[in-house]
Amino acid sequence: MSILRATTLLLLATISIVPVAQAAQEVNLYSARKEKLIKPLLDRFTQQTGIKVNLVTGKANALLQRLKSEGRNTPADLLLTTDAGNLYRAQQAELLQAVESKTLESSVPAHYREPEGHWYGLSVRARTIFYANDRVDPKELGSYAGLTDPKWKGRICIRSSNNIYNQSLVASMIAHQGVAKTEEWVNGLVKNFARRPKGGDRDQIRAAAAGECDIAIANTYYYGAMQTSSKERDRAAAKEVSLFWANQDSTGTHVNISGGAVTRYAGNKENAIKLLEFLVNDESQRWYGEVNNEYPVKSGVEISGTLKKWGEFKADTLDLHLLGKYNAEAVRIMDRAGWR
Amino acid sequence: MHTNTFSNLARHLVPSVPRPDWWRGSVLLITLILALPVLVIFSFIFTPSGEVWRHLADTVLASYVTNSLLLVVGVAIGTLLIGVSTAWVVTATVFPGRRIFEWALLLPMAMPAYIIAYTYTGMLDFAGPLQSTLREWFDWGYGDYWFPDIRSLWGAMLMLTLVLYPYVYLLARAAFLEQSVYVLDVGRSLGFGPWRVLFRIALPLARPAIITGLSLALMETLADFGTVQYFGIDTFTTGIYRTWLGLGDSAAAAQLSAMLLIFVFTLVVVERWSRRQAQYHNSSRSFKPVPPIRLTRARATVAFLVCLFPLLLGFILPALQLLSWSIDTAADVVDASFFGLILNSLSLAMGASVIALTIALLMAYAKRLRGNALLNIAVRIAAMGYAIPGTVLAVGVMIPFAWIDNSIDGWMREQFDVSTGLILSGTVVALLFAYTVRFLSVSVQTVEAGLGKIRLSMDDAGRSLGYTPGRVLRDIHLPIMRTSLLTALLMVFVDVLKELPATLMLRPFNFNTLAVRAYELAGDERLADAASAALSIVLVGIIPVILLSRSISRKRPGEEYVAQA
Repeated sequence: MSILRATTLLLLATISIVPVAQAAQEVNLYSARKEKLIKPLLDRFTQQTGIKVNLVTGKANALLQRLKSEGRNTPADLLLTTDAGNLYRAQQAELLQAVESKTLESSVPAHYREPEGHWYGLSVRARTIFYANDRVDPKELGSYAGLTDPKWKGRICIRSSNNIYNQSLVASMIAHQGVAKTEEWVNGLVKNFARRPKGGDRDQIRAAAAGECDIAIANTYYYGAMQTSSKERDRAAAKEVSLFWANQDSTGTHVNISGGAVTRYAGNKENAIKLLEFLVNDESQRWYGEVNNEYPVKSGVEISGTLKKWGEFKADTLDLHLLGKYNAEAVRIMDRAGWR
Repeated sequence: MHTNTFSNLARHLVPSVPRPDWWRGSVLLITLILALPVLVIFSFIFTPSGEVWRHLADTVLASYVTNSLLLVVGVAIGTLLIGVSTAWVVTATVFPGRRIFEWALLLPMAMPAYIIAYTYTGMLDFAGPLQSTLREWFDWGYGDYWFPDIRSLWGAMLMLTLVLYPYVYLLARAAFLEQSVYVLDVGRSLGFGPWRVLFRIALPLARPAIITGLSLALMETLADFGTVQYFGIDTFTTGIYRTWLGLGDSAAAAQLSAMLLIFVFTLVVVERWSRRQAQYHNSSRSFKPVPPIRLTRARATVAFLVCLFPLLLGFILPALQLLSWSIDTAADVVDASFFGLILNSLSLAMGASVIALTIALLMAYAKRLRGNALLNIAVRIAAMGYAIPGTVLAVGVMIPFAWIDNSIDGWMREQFDVSTGLILSGTVVALLFAYTVRFLSVSVQTVEAGLGKIRLSMDDAGRSLGYTPGRVLRDIHLPIMRTSLLTALLMVFVDVLKELPATLMLRPFNFNTLAVRAYELAGDERLADAASAALSIVLVGIIPVILLSRSISRKRPGEEYVAQA
């Protein structure tokens, strides 16, 4: 036994302690934000603090699964997602820890963070209505609920319900008005579809521009990307449609967040908090808008020129963890309604 | 079955087989390790999730099943038609351009299915350049004209057929090349025309190879996520994701995966059973290649078009589109890190293809030497990975790896108060393991086909000279099956190059590949930005494809004759 022990220890000393002994100035990040949409910020963070950021990107659910199976030995200190639902799921699976930070609490409004500090919103993304300029009078529009009116039959484009943004939108309705009314709305909306849902958000806007439908539901940053695209065809398509802020007379336009959370077994907790704080400073908050046309979570931060043109809007202030809570119910409703 | 009887017989005849069953034992062990991910997925069958099942059965399950079946049937017909006809035309006839088509027909293999789907959508969609131009020219509006919708079930069948027919082509062509003129001459002496020779003799002889190619194409079809998701087709695979992510029920998702596996397994078993009686050795002792038929001008044109069509649609057009996008965006996208991506992709592909080949060889040879029911089933199960959607397989890899790492860590903490952390999870080792499991089927089937063509009398001859089984393999079999080995190696190489979901999920920190980069950009609807990475995958994949094809041609003994003809 002692020989076994000695040998094992020797072996360990030579090969495998390396991954455990983390350099002090490091932070390991699992990110559902694509590399291109986070790396420049991380590089700036490293420049300013000297803390090295190690990055793995992937789909949020895959990263959650990875955290879950790695358990207490996970190398990840910080998790970034592009929606609140996955943060809620991570918290439910006890993969996160609550952290306190004056900076985070003062920068991130209460409805964009988890009350105990398990996760914090970093940028805001709005999902609203787009209409074809020559076929729709904006006066005809109002709320998401209004889209079930028979006058929109065969005129609405929206992507598949496999997409998390649609699942979140329906979940927000469940949170506001319950399952029965939401189911009625989903059934009505599906009846008005112009085509079988396919493609991404930009495809819906393009289809509205080309005349395949008159209304598209999409996240605003895709529209922004088309407006500022280097491709003439995208810019031309964006000119054919306009943005309409939904639900301004009631709950406000549906919004989601991209957010961050410190993992339960983070080995570099301090650095992880530092990185979160960095991501909500004024400079980083402006960057989200400039690079990806997202809104800052922090109030008082100047928004980019593209966003300014869309005007001010009232955002839904629903507690975002509810999006995660009602996600499965939302999928069931969409399954039943035949929203593929 | 046959191999069994024969090797039993061989064992009786050759008493020098060593007693301790090293071959069977070690191969069984490797096989069981490789079967772990599949077993992990199967283990979820016992987790109850009845309520979700009722919901699925009431709503979407029927459309998952129907669409998957239709897709499989469509791709089967498409790949067979294109793969077999082109393989026959380039081996049995002479026409202008034939020498180029021989290798060029393999090129679509280097094109990832989801990339070709994005590309065609970009070209053909309602809002795309082609339709917009048509509308401008003819002053049409929406609904004034009919245009085929590429993002449909038909479109998905077409896309998958275009990139998967090379599997059938590759294996069918290799089989046709091996057919001796003497066998086909029997047909001609019976007064058969070339068509009847094809249908009555050449095709039945090549059937095992064609089926192998087809089964690879269909397994990949069932595992496809990117194409069907983008085209908005609900298949079993998209259903698995939706159940896992949307409904948040990983047990039910794993059960759906297990159902898919059972379905594939049944197909494989039925096919093997259906040809259990048949022996497909070229029984003739002497080999002389079939002299290809020179085609008249009209027929040569037809042959040319038959070969051009899949090459044009499956490679040339999409590659040109990618190229034109790359020219616009390369300056922003191609930076120093880009070469790192190429290097990572290349080394992973090389590593995984060598590992998969080595293991496949061990397995196939162990089956030949000591095949028994247990070993045969174990090999079948280990080679099921190809039909599992990549993400699900990645979960199947992640769970046992993390469990092993955490157990070691726990033990070390207890014994020495030292934490070892994760040793294998999140390293290249886990990634290579996942690739091996996923693509083992490709190499096992190819190697088995190659080994199966070597008559057992060769083994007996070797053993009677006092060779060990290992030496028989090294000195007799390996040289004979050189082409099969190369085929196995390069098919896995190209597959790993294209692989996305498992790479995305299991890769280490700060480690990206071409496929990951292409996905990150394309997935964010930045199709044009993704083009450079996608094109690089294609370019890196082309090199081995060409090498492979040249090697197959060279192998054919009568090739000089053809060159002169």
